[in-house]
Amino acid sequence: MNKNHRVPSNRTLGAVEVKSKFGAEFRRFSLDRSKPGRFDEFYRLLQHMHRIPNVDLLVGYADVHGDLLPINNDDNYRKAISVADPVLRLFLQRKEEADYSAFGLDSLTRPKKTVLAAMLLRPDANRKKPLVIISLPRDFRPVSSIIDVDILPETHRRVRLYKHGQEKPLGFYIRDGSSVRVTPQGLEKVPGIFISRMVPGGLAESTGLLAVNDEVLEVNGIEVQGKSLDQVTDMMIANSHNLIVTVKPANQRNNIVRSGGGGGAASGSSGHSSDSGTSFYGYSSPGTAVATTPAHIIQNFHPEELESDEDDEDLVIEVDGEAMPIPRTSSASCTIPFIPRYVPHLDLRTTNGALASHNRSGSLGTLSTADRGLEGRSLEEEGTVITL
Amino acid sequence: MKRFRRHGQESQRERIKQELYGFNKTVEHGFPHQPSALGFSPSLQLLAIGTRSGAIKLYGGPGVEFMGLHDENAAVTQVHFLPHQVELVTLLDDNSLHMWTLRAHHGVSELLEIGRFTLSGPPGAPPSVTHVTAVLAHSSGDLLLLGTEGGHVFVVKVPGFRELEERNISLEKVTNSVPEDYGGRRSLEHVESLQENPVNPRQVLIGYGRGLMVIWDLDSQSAVKHIPATQQLESVWWTEDGGHVLSSHSDGSYCRWKVAGDDPQSEQEKSEVPYGHFPCKAISKIIQLPTEQGPPFLFLSGGMPRASYGDRHCISVIHSKTHVALDFTSRIIDFFVIRDGPDHTGEPSALVVLVEEELVVIDLQTEGWPVIQTPYLVPLHCSAITCSHHVSAIPLKLWERVLSAGALQNTHYSKKPWPMTGGQNLAPDPPQRDLLLTGHEDGTVRFWDASGVCLYPMYKLSTAGVFLTDSDPNDNLNQGTEGEWPPFRKVGCFDPYSDDPRLGIQKIHLCKYSGYLTVAGTAGQILVLELNDEAAEQTVEATVADLLQGQEGFRWKGHTRLEVREEPVTFPPGFQPFALVQCQPPAVVTALTLHSEWKLVTFGTSHGFGLYDYQQKNNVLVRCTLNPSDQLAMEGPLSRVKSIKKSLRQSFRRIRRSRVSLRKHHVNNAAKLQQANARLEAELAEMELAPVQRKIEPRSPDDSFTGLVRTLYFADTFLSDSSHNTPSLWAGTNGGSVFAYQLRLPPVERRGEDPVTAHPAKEIQLMHRAPVVGILVLDGHGSPLPEPLEVAHDLARSPDMQGSHSLLVISEEQFKVFTLPKVSAKTKLKLTAIDGSRVRRVGVAWFGSTRTDDYGESGLTVLTNQGDLHVVSLPGVKLQVQYPCIRREDVSGIASCVFTKHGQGFYLISPSEFERFSLSARCVVEPRSLVEVSSQTPSTTLPRAPPDGASVERRNSTRDGVAVLQEIQKSLEVDQTTFLENGTSALAGGKVLSN
Repeated sequence: MNKNHRVPSNRTLGAVEVKSKFGAEFRRFSLDRSKPGRFDEFYRLLQHMHRIPNVDLLVGYADVHGDLLPINNDDNYRKAISVADPVLRLFLQRKEEADYSAFGLDSLTRPKKTVLAAMLLRPDANRKKPLVIISLPRDFRPVSSIIDVDILPETHRRVRLYKHGQEKPLGFYIRDGSSVRVTPQGLEKVPGIFISRMVPGGLAESTGLLAVNDEVLEVNGIEVQGKSLDQVTDMMIANSHNLIVTVKPANQRNNIVRSGGGGGAASGSSGHSSDSGTSFYGYSSPGTAVATTPAHIIQNFHPEELESDEDDEDLVIEVDGEAMPIPRTSSASCTIPFIPRYVPHLDLRTTNGALASHNRSGSLGTLSTADRGLEGRSLEEEGTVITL
Repeated sequence: MKRFRRHGQESQRERIKQELYGFNKTVEHGFPHQPSALGFSPSLQLLAIGTRSGAIKLYGGPGVEFMGLHDENAAVTQVHFLPHQVELVTLLDDNSLHMWTLRAHHGVSELLEIGRFTLSGPPGAPPSVTHVTAVLAHSSGDLLLLGTEGGHVFVVKVPGFRELEERNISLEKVTNSVPEDYGGRRSLEHVESLQENPVNPRQVLIGYGRGLMVIWDLDSQSAVKHIPATQQLESVWWTEDGGHVLSSHSDGSYCRWKVAGDDPQSEQEKSEVPYGHFPCKAISKIIQLPTEQGPPFLFLSGGMPRASYGDRHCISVIHSKTHVALDFTSRIIDFFVIRDGPDHTGEPSALVVLVEEELVVIDLQTEGWPVIQTPYLVPLHCSAITCSHHVSAIPLKLWERVLSAGALQNTHYSKKPWPMTGGQNLAPDPPQRDLLLTGHEDGTVRFWDASGVCLYPMYKLSTAGVFLTDSDPNDNLNQGTEGEWPPFRKVGCFDPYSDDPRLGIQKIHLCKYSGYLTVAGTAGQILVLELNDEAAEQTVEATVADLLQGQEGFRWKGHTRLEVREEPVTFPPGFQPFALVQCQPPAVVTALTLHSEWKLVTFGTSHGFGLYDYQQKNNVLVRCTLNPSDQLAMEGPLSRVKSIKKSLRQSFRRIRRSRVSLRKHHVNNAAKLQQANARLEAELAEMELAPVQRKIEPRSPDDSFTGLVRTLYFADTFLSDSSHNTPSLWAGTNGGSVFAYQLRLPPVERRGEDPVTAHPAKEIQLMHRAPVVGILVLDGHGSPLPEPLEVAHDLARSPDMQGSHSLLVISEEQFKVFTLPKVSAKTKLKLTAIDGSRVRRVGVAWFGSTRTDDYGESGLTVLTNQGDLHVVSLPGVKLQVQYPCIRREDVSGIASCVFTKHGQGFYLISPSEFERFSLSARCVVEPRSLVEVSSQTPSTTLPRAPPDGASVERRNSTRDGVAVLQEIQKSLEVDQTTFLENGTSALAGGKVLSN
């Protein structure tokens, strides 16, 4: 397959040489270091380069220590690009026959050669692996869960949505409506808040736990009855980083059926999601933690988890006007983990440099751009530049 | 054990809270919205105004105010005081009558509703029979005559509202007693007017809509005389000598009829159309009052020539050779004349006119009939209010200078004192001098004395003179030319038309110690003014602040910058501008703060903020806060509002277009037209039925207007290290960002030469990204830093600079305290996440305890978008109390709220009225006044009790709370014969009630 071999046309510092191995085939190409693009684009590019468009791949790379590390999301993809000097060595495997044990967090201790040798020499070594592949645990990031199953009435569902600063919108709308309640005086029509619309591809829709016409009963443990639509909207938005809504689903056929005192057994499509939410992560351990708490208080996520979530929130940039013009974060606890990784970007560095001189001369217009650069949103919108 | 102790502490805290906080809506300042009726009691010297929303307000001497509200949400159509009593009757447009009284309680009078009544006709009668159109409160004080649409007059005994059926004057009785040849077969129509004979209380005149007037004797129950007018009747006036009746008519004419003598038919002495020749509008009210020497005063409302001046709102005053048509800027509701003399029967002294938007009082005894300035009921909205600012505890020196500057502006007012003197103002003198500044759409700033119950105008500042506008300065001198007919004279100050909306004032900041004032407006203009007791001619130099700072890809689509006059302008004594900053783009200024000690002004718009040195007159700092992806910020004002309107308009246009084209092609195709109509209806219905839904999405940095600067704050604090405090500037934006700058000020002796510099020191991005509405630095003791110059004037204790300072950032969603100089979160109070409300207004206030003078606490006063008021403690940020205050739908009321430094506040309840409220238990400003029945009886004309007899009167009234009730009961029990007795000797009835 040497005829497919491409010599990188650009050998400047800004380029990353990529050497990709799939089975016995190698492909070489280069990427712009400053504009790596997104992982899914890169993934498609690999499929294209190896001419295996319909094969599910597991992508790994060898880092400076010789560890074989996976590339499966934007973050570790960027990390891989940033540490490549200058060659990025990739190892592709079919997902069905992937050898998970090859990836090593602790592979530092292993001799370099072994890891690579294991990869290179034993492609089909692990036949005894079970065929049920659930992907790498680190691929998981909880997006939603059903909580408090044991303390809520079966007709209600308490759903937690994890926003995690991702790009995906929460993606639902609420409206005013009326619902029927049973009161001592008989049936009574009372105003209520309902989900009116789901945004296709949004977080809410993708969980399958919320649906149009579900009645919203609580937001983060606070009853919405008697509150206006705008109030409930504001409450949800104020809690959007960690939103817990208790709903009465319009479709009551998929309710979780409690068998004895056990956890959530599932039926139906939404039940399936709840299954994945509770059984794989242990984020919530309803049976143990909540058994004694009153129903209206949410207890089965760790309070400190929520709190720390919030205290990490505010981003503080201290600018020492004299000595250190480059904005630096004051403490680790105040930063979002991926931020520092953006700093080494070449173009950003120049921005900061310009900022430094600006600040010193007393003109103050540019700090905000740097600030925004740190949040890294504007950069992501730029397209990937690939030189073949 | 532990639990017990904690419980004790909690109850202790509860007790302290009760001593500190208490919510009261205390007084309404300004002019009642949509007044609909006016009444006056000459004996009490009280004025009553009823409104379309069912409120009834009484005003006497300055500070004497009462307010009542009818339970029915119906307009008040008539207000009548019972002569020589403290009762008054109101008629609502739901045809109910209400009896109100002023009852003394703990030495203070209260306005109370004591009875209600609706006329009931015979069974089966149409409602018009009992629909009241005219009310006469008889001078005996215990009879009410009610004329109805059906032409009947019902007699009711008051204050108990007992119908005296046998004394009713039915239409049949009247038609039988007038000659057949006049009455004919036609109906006399409704009762338009009821008047009592001033010299013989037993005679009343009934004026019917068709023109006929009948003088009825209440004793003999028969018509004494009739007046055969033939024009539609508008109003009737019986002259004081009882010899003549004046009637005004719908064709703009008025007639004088002689009623003395025995002839059963009166003859017409005179008929005149004052603005004649061409058809005229109706004269809706006529009054004639005699003078001791010389000709009487004649007052006519309306009667203007229909074609040329039909749209004017005029009252004509004719006295001897003087004839003036007072030309008002809004519709006339009613008017009355105050007369001199101990029993108010002397010379006319003042004409009081209630028009829709203000109360105008004309001094009739001074040459030229000047206007008397009103101490209350001032139209706050003579130009629409755009912002307000409150300054507590004004130093006497500044107060006097503002007053004297204001006095020079009021030379055209009459020197006579306010003619309304009723009641005694018992409110204690206000503890301090407070100023309320209102900014208006026409570029003026009005200074109001807000210390007490009366919001009294002190001074008016106009900023329009600095700029070139289209307005013609001679435009206002609308004095009619010589010989113009009708002889118009403009009166009143309500003028809602603004020459240029860009002049509108948006932010005000006054330093009460230095007298420096800064105001900022709609077109990004920031003026710095200082108080000068002399007039001065000067040029105001403009400095441009380019807030975009080279941000590219933006185009400002809003209004242009105001043009500045380049030639020197003469400024009258008062606040005179000496520096001007103009923001580019000229967006509305959203935040403004002045620091008089450092001589710096900081301002912000939706694009960024700047710092201006008004001593050296240059910009120290300009910072763009704009988000590159925010296009909406550049579109200028009101773009969002337009879009809704636009879509509505477009759909209408589409329909219209389809209609037009239909008409063109098939002229008579009704079916198609109907179709188009149906489509329009469907579209409208869809618009209504489309469910209101709200998107649930966290705020992102790409949202619109994230760069809008919401708050700016100066503080001398520990910004970069904990051992040296430095001046600093803080700015908070709509996107949840806080920017802090360290300021370097040159030493005082070099302040004029060396530049002031600003260095960026910190940025905080709140992750919840809610708009930052307030920033505050707390000193080592946890108290807010004092205002600039406050310590220098020995009015505040210097802040604690030893302990560590902390920073309080108030966003719409939460209160968060950070440490300084290293910014890390300390405590917080979440609001939105808990109850869904958001902070709209926030202020810092000091709450004094009612129990001891020396205890007090600082706290935050907060108004939410739900209209609730909260007090949040400092520095612990704990919610203390919560009171509902404003309806959540009343967006403009919530937006207009302004807090004082002592736990009070104001908000607009209508375009023309401020409601004053108090959150402090100690600091409450509310009317406390006493009104008493004068000792005089109807038939005798004793002089009113002299002021030194007040103590006696008070004693009378205080024991009378119960007595009134007993009397009412007594009068209800009185059987018919005794009533008749009372009726014949009016004196007896009067005595019973007035004791």
